[in-house]
Amino acid sequence: MASCDNREKLLLEMQGIEKSFPGVQALRGVSLELRRGEVLGIVGENGAGKSTLIKVLGGVHVPDRGRILLDGQPVSLRSPSAAQQAGISIIYQEFNLIPDLTVRENIFLGREQTRGGFVRTAHEQQEARKLFQKLGLSLDPETRCRDLTVAQQQMVEIAKVLLVQARIVVMDEPTAALTAQEVAHLMEIIRELKSQGLGVIYISHRLDEIFVTADRVMVLRDGQHVGTDAVSSLSRQRMIEMMVGRPLEAEFPQRSVPRGPERLRVECLTKGTAVRDVSFTAYSGEVLGFAGLAGAGRTETMRCLFGADTPDAGRIFVDGRPARIRDPRDAIRHRICLLTEDRKGQGLVLPHSVRHNFGLPNLDRLTRGPFLDQRREREELARYVRDLKIRLTSQEQPAATLSGGNQQKVVLAKWLARNADIIIFDEPTRGIDVGAKYEIYLLMNRLVAEGKAVIMISSELPEVLGMSDRIIVMREGTIKGHITQVAGATQEQLLSLAIA
Amino acid sequence: MQRLLADYGMVLVLAGLCVLFSLLTLKHQVPEGPAAAAELARQVEERIAPSDTVLAVGAANKETATLAEQVGAALKSAGYARAQVVIGTPRELRLALDEIVQQGQTCAAIVTAGDVVRWPLIEQIPALYPTLTDLQLLTPEARLWPDFLKRTNLLAIVDRIVVIAVIAIGMTMVIITGGIDLSVGSLIALSAVIATLIMRQLGGPEASAWSVLWGFAAGTLACGVVGGVGGWIVAQFKVAPFITTLAIMMMARGMAFLLTGGFSIYLVPPALTWLGQGKSLGVPNTVILLVVLYVLAHIFMAHTRLGRYIYAVGGNEEASRLSGVPVRFVIVFVYVVSALSAGLGGCIQASQINTGTPNMGTMYELYVIAAVVVGGTSLAGGSGRILGTLIGAFIISVIQNGMNLLGMESYTQQVVLGGVILGAVLLDKVRSDRSLTRFLRGRA
Repeated sequence: MASCDNREKLLLEMQGIEKSFPGVQALRGVSLELRRGEVLGIVGENGAGKSTLIKVLGGVHVPDRGRILLDGQPVSLRSPSAAQQAGISIIYQEFNLIPDLTVRENIFLGREQTRGGFVRTAHEQQEARKLFQKLGLSLDPETRCRDLTVAQQQMVEIAKVLLVQARIVVMDEPTAALTAQEVAHLMEIIRELKSQGLGVIYISHRLDEIFVTADRVMVLRDGQHVGTDAVSSLSRQRMIEMMVGRPLEAEFPQRSVPRGPERLRVECLTKGTAVRDVSFTAYSGEVLGFAGLAGAGRTETMRCLFGADTPDAGRIFVDGRPARIRDPRDAIRHRICLLTEDRKGQGLVLPHSVRHNFGLPNLDRLTRGPFLDQRREREELARYVRDLKIRLTSQEQPAATLSGGNQQKVVLAKWLARNADIIIFDEPTRGIDVGAKYEIYLLMNRLVAEGKAVIMISSELPEVLGMSDRIIVMREGTIKGHITQVAGATQEQLLSLAIA
Repeated sequence: MQRLLADYGMVLVLAGLCVLFSLLTLKHQVPEGPAAAAELARQVEERIAPSDTVLAVGAANKETATLAEQVGAALKSAGYARAQVVIGTPRELRLALDEIVQQGQTCAAIVTAGDVVRWPLIEQIPALYPTLTDLQLLTPEARLWPDFLKRTNLLAIVDRIVVIAVIAIGMTMVIITGGIDLSVGSLIALSAVIATLIMRQLGGPEASAWSVLWGFAAGTLACGVVGGVGGWIVAQFKVAPFITTLAIMMMARGMAFLLTGGFSIYLVPPALTWLGQGKSLGVPNTVILLVVLYVLAHIFMAHTRLGRYIYAVGGNEEASRLSGVPVRFVIVFVYVVSALSAGLGGCIQASQINTGTPNMGTMYELYVIAAVVVGGTSLAGGSGRILGTLIGAFIISVIQNGMNLLGMESYTQQVVLGGVILGAVLLDKVRSDRSLTRFLRGRA
């Protein structure tokens, strides 16, 4: 009887799931067990198969082999709606909000509360407000989703899922865009879901969160199940080692490069209320970190500086000489480059090949007479693919088919080929797995050692503290603090500057 | 090979259509003109010794007269010293035969075609001239050949599509950037009217060939300027291309009518027809022009920086801008190219019909867009192939031509053409959707 008991406790079981796509075996016999009232963390590098596993559970992909059991009964989840009916709710990494509908309309999309064919707007609003309160979200349900910040959109996605009576809630990187405060709220919600007896599957690159929320953690690597263990019995170090399959050195690589001459000076940069009177200097041979909450004006500052937006006022000096930057072309001419926060929307032409993406800012160099020198383009790219360890099957592969880390490396490659002196990274490791993160840190160190000035915007405080030589903290469009002694700084110190 | 098919899957559709129409229009064909003469000369050489007498007979003032002369000439040069050409009525043939018999000679063959074969005299020869026992009657042999694949028909297909195909080059570029250009149909008229007006001004029917060149240049460049303004409005003020070019479409059409007062321009130099109706080295000038333009456009799109930028802007405008692509310039450029090609299309059309008329090119923008889309270019921008567009244009032309050959009513033709365009695009969608699902799954 004991085994029967045990079986009854299992809410969800996935057994020996295999799934392959042309050229890739994404899942090789992965099994998973989820009990009622339990949070199962799933970790693994990008491309380890986490998202595929979730999509199998969500009915997006049909597995080649393996069974899925709900309450011990085999089920066939052949479509997303079948999964929903089975009580499985999934918050995917990509948002599915309709920008021109209001928050309320999006939340109730497909399950509008009607009476006699008319939508009960007031009732829906009330429900939405109740939900937001629970989520600690101060948001008018009648705001159009277009006007939301990324963090707010994420919260709305979460709210949408909570509205359905689900038995299993899956969250795929829910906190990538959230601030610390919002993350805290989310953790609370997960605890509540847990106490209601729901099973929660939580996928994140942020191991801290896994340690806070998860009861057990499952590690995937290259589509294989490496191990599942109680969180309490695992150390952070051990978890990372399981993910990358080798012992890892420090999370942030060391460097000792003396500060060089001034590379970039920004004076009194202003744009509306987003950027107000921002002045700073970046030197060659150093990483200048920008900390702050989402919407603090860091990205906007860099966009003005790069000529992507036109500032209302302010002066920019490159190598001590005034620089007139009206559009990104001017910035590139001054050897500035910007790796945007939104890789997919602004960094890459997703449907186009890796080679075309790589060539885009470099075509002026890659010509012979009136024609493109495509051979040299291929050769240069091949060099960066080796150098940066970009994982590709072919240079002609669409950029969209790469994992986040590899996409970031392609963006990096196209700018490195430009040989810029001032390199601005906006959230360089967002949504990137631990192994690739480390490689990107190493690369930053190499750039600094080559005498380049690196500016890094990051919302991950350990990253800012671990990588920067100096840190500027922004809030509400202005610079609130300038930390020159990073060694003695703490996360609390940064946070208190970032939050009023 | 697989990649080629993926890129130009529509080639198969085009080939299929050609086979279909070839089978449907298969008929017994009697050769005509020089082909018939050559065929007859070949028959003579196979069957008759060069020392024998051969009569090439043709009815006066009929096509057979030319034929007879051509056959006679061919035989003379092939060494048939005693070949004679007889042209006229049955009486002339009789006189010729009488003379042969009187001189005590024989006649080995009468070579002819068409009505001559049905002259009563031909049947009566064995009775009238018992001495001419070995006389053979040689006529062109009919053979099984589709109307569709006749040389004249193939040229007609090109002739019909050349204007649309030329304009489709510019349209492909515009659509690849994610835009659309509705003004091209009106620009055809504007260009043709300006070109012919200038030719009339420079002397009309007495003007030199140079006036044609000036006219064409002026018409095309005027369109280029209009396109530049439109492109600038789209690029600078972010006005939707649909609206911008819709407005230009109306204005250009109106301008064409204003310039001519609504009339056609007939007082044009004879050299006007050179481009649209003339030939160089036996090949129609329109075909040469089409080939040259498509080769240039293909090289431009696949192998130059600006070509690459056009794709990039359509694929992701913001990412392109942040990568240093001069987005505004690219957008203005494609509208200028589109307008220039429409202007050139107008010149070709004027040359084909030997006049400039303000209501030329009505609805052409839609045919051009159809050709581009059938050719596999996505209206969403970012992807497409110049050579695909050429195939798309030919698909449309072949369908129209085939239906004409089959004697379909023009109303029926419209219904069928619309259906085929829809079918072709759906086919393409299904094909690319498969790659879409693959791409979504591949992300894992």
